[in-house]
Amino acid sequence: MDHFDTDVLILGAGGAGLRAAIAAAESAPDLTIALVSKVYPMRSHTVAAEGGSAGVVQSHDSLDNHFNDTVSGGDWLCEQDVVEYFVAHCTREMVQLEHWGCPWSRKPDGQINVRAFGGMKIERTWFAADRSGFHILHTLFQTSTKFPAIRRFDEHFCVDLLVDDGRAQGAVVLSLSTGEFTAIHARAVVIATGGAGRVFRQNTNGGIVTGDGMALAYRHGVPLRDMEFVQYHPTCLPGTGILITEACRGEGAFLLNNEGNRYLQDYGLGPAEAKPRNKYMELGPRDRLSQAFWHEQRKGHTVTTPQGDAVLLDMRHLGPAKIRERLPLIVDLAREFMGIDATVTPIPVRPAVHYTMGGILVDIHTAAPLAGLFAAGECSSVGIHGANRLGSNSLAELSVFGRVAGEQAAEFARGSSAPRRSDQAAAAEASALALLNQKGSGEHHAALRAEMGASMERGCGIYRLGTEMQETCDTLAELRQRYAGITLQDKSHAWNTDWVTAIELGFQLDVAQAMAHSALARTESRGAHQRLDGNEQRDDVNFLQHSLAHYQGTAAPTITYAPVTITKSQPGQRAYGAAGEHEEDAHKEAASRVGHPPIPKDIAHV
Amino acid sequence: MSDTTIPSKVIELRVLRYRPASDREPVFVSYRVAYSDDMSVLQALQSIKDTQDGSLSFRWSCRMAVCGSCGMMINGEPKLACNTFVRDLAASAVIIEPLQNFPIERDLVVTVGDFVKKIESIYPYIIPKVPKPVEDGAYLQTPAQMVAYESFSDCINCMLCYAACPQFGANPDFIGPGAMALLQRYNGDSRDGGRQFRLDQIHGEDGVWACTAVGVCSEVCPKQVDPANAINQNKTNSALDFFLHAVRPGAQS
Repeated sequence: MDHFDTDVLILGAGGAGLRAAIAAAESAPDLTIALVSKVYPMRSHTVAAEGGSAGVVQSHDSLDNHFNDTVSGGDWLCEQDVVEYFVAHCTREMVQLEHWGCPWSRKPDGQINVRAFGGMKIERTWFAADRSGFHILHTLFQTSTKFPAIRRFDEHFCVDLLVDDGRAQGAVVLSLSTGEFTAIHARAVVIATGGAGRVFRQNTNGGIVTGDGMALAYRHGVPLRDMEFVQYHPTCLPGTGILITEACRGEGAFLLNNEGNRYLQDYGLGPAEAKPRNKYMELGPRDRLSQAFWHEQRKGHTVTTPQGDAVLLDMRHLGPAKIRERLPLIVDLAREFMGIDATVTPIPVRPAVHYTMGGILVDIHTAAPLAGLFAAGECSSVGIHGANRLGSNSLAELSVFGRVAGEQAAEFARGSSAPRRSDQAAAAEASALALLNQKGSGEHHAALRAEMGASMERGCGIYRLGTEMQETCDTLAELRQRYAGITLQDKSHAWNTDWVTAIELGFQLDVAQAMAHSALARTESRGAHQRLDGNEQRDDVNFLQHSLAHYQGTAAPTITYAPVTITKSQPGQRAYGAAGEHEEDAHKEAASRVGHPPIPKDIAHV
Repeated sequence: MSDTTIPSKVIELRVLRYRPASDREPVFVSYRVAYSDDMSVLQALQSIKDTQDGSLSFRWSCRMAVCGSCGMMINGEPKLACNTFVRDLAASAVIIEPLQNFPIERDLVVTVGDFVKKIESIYPYIIPKVPKPVEDGAYLQTPAQMVAYESFSDCINCMLCYAACPQFGANPDFIGPGAMALLQRYNGDSRDGGRQFRLDQIHGEDGVWACTAVGVCSEVCPKQVDPANAINQNKTNSALDFFLHAVRPGAQS
């Protein structure tokens, strides 16, 4: 096994990992950085984000507006001090990306243009047509190449963290092309490995989105927070789950049922107007829109496609010129994958799993409870999304907290001793090789993966029942047992993707278990976690709390709870459309009577 | 795990298999796959891997033609497997091979590293013409100014253009169409002042002049990036730059 010494190790080179690497290199030019990715960085799933990234720019908008949209959008399960920090730093990060060359769409006078997005009161979504994530990722990757301190390990897959003396001290990585292992010893470690949406059958995520970093931290005792909150994006292609961006609706698209009705007005999001107002109708939040689909399907109001039931996303009234200018990728996707010209025919869409709101527990500094470990981006739970993420807050999150993670990890590395070389690395290699060579029962992991996806979809879908969640928990326990006896069909070392996807499945099963058990234990409905078994209401008395899933080896995880930080927004009624406007007025009035508590001091230090 | 509807027809895929460490030479292996009209070549390969032969290796991720991972030769043409559909190929057996002009690491996986080094060699980042702190806000850039570079910024690095390029096939050191498109992406950006650094990279025999203007790079591009146009513009720029340096030593173009 090779050994490599570095100061800061970053696992994952998508938006968050690249932003962290650049921040570390800029803030501590004397340090070395190892940047590990299981793909080439520009393949990372940030590439598929379409709609845009939030940052207050308009004079009639305010940080308070962005804060309030985010906190109410998250059904008050957000860490409000973290949200305050977040909204105050989004715009700076968007400008930073602009300086690095990100081709943000512009107004005729050359100023940055912004578009409307679901759940956002004022337009504040910066966009690069409908390829915003693609451009952010390529901008960050290309910019990262000017820092010689960043040593990349492309197509290297992390099999385990090195934790010694109560501190993260590196990781063991497998080179995909050779099958050889390298132990990377580091003074600080950042996990930026993205989400875990592939644990569900129908999802918008790339094949690489398998929760690796979440599982690695979790296995080393770091709790996974709020894992029951999994976002269904309401507009995806049936069958493949390919994402049809919320920006379509931001630009004015309608959602129609099989009778041609804009059905969202029947679900408290109206009134329906010719151009959707912000936070009304099609510009409602994702959880509410996905739930409305579920009801329409039950009522028989969906259209039938060869790939299952769908509603219709109608953009025709926007006109071909605007559609092609603002949504060129969507036009291509509709043509290539559905055989549809989106300028003349509505696109059939349905919800699919899109985003994991929860993740590795970290504080406002992105520090995990394990010393020397930091996390940023979708794999982390820094606390800004609560029970439901608003569209365009995740690209902003990976920029803001990717930067924080890079700076904080560099600072930690500077103050910590050199990592110790223990025999853990050899043990991690041996464990991976044991899976490769095990005789097993003859069962192949592909079957287990399919069963996991189907079971998660049934038990942890848009609406949930205690009995079905229990069944999913039972299925996952059984799958973990069978996983211990799988047999690989490929025993070679170079480019053995049979081996790598089997290791990924191990990560996925652990993360899926954290999701299902956290969901079962939360006997209320909040945000993306909606139950239909007598727990239909939000229960602030018992559940205005974060869930924490703790790894217990081969046993099921234990679930504990931790308080939510509330600074200036007391939990209120979450409402959209006309009802939302009444509610907002009432909330403002109540807040002015209570007065604002002071902002916690630690924010100033970040 | 199929993402598609119930398969009703069967197609034969002949896939080139090769493990350099153990195989003497690449060989085609035939697989029969049940398919429906919405099945992509990528999904057909996934079906083979999940249900017939777990040892088949290929790269993929996004499934929506934006990550650039799944380029391969399909019936002799460089294509993305994810947006090429079996129904359009079903007349006879489909031939699947790794991207042409690249060393095979295994099966359909080719070496990407040299391509990435070429990208890195052309200063693929903004070298500010007028540096300013982030606190001073964004640069102005009109939609008209964006037109000069925007299409070149859409390259997904899928390398189909390199697989199609006869010049790259003959000379692996040729900078190639994708990197030239990226070079033009930055040289055409009104915020950038690094043009001279980049032009200096492409004057040599492996640079822009190695292109013989076949233009097939633009034909195979799945994102209409038009690298041939980038190369043409840079032949002009390179010639002008060379000329200006010859008549006015030290002059900046």
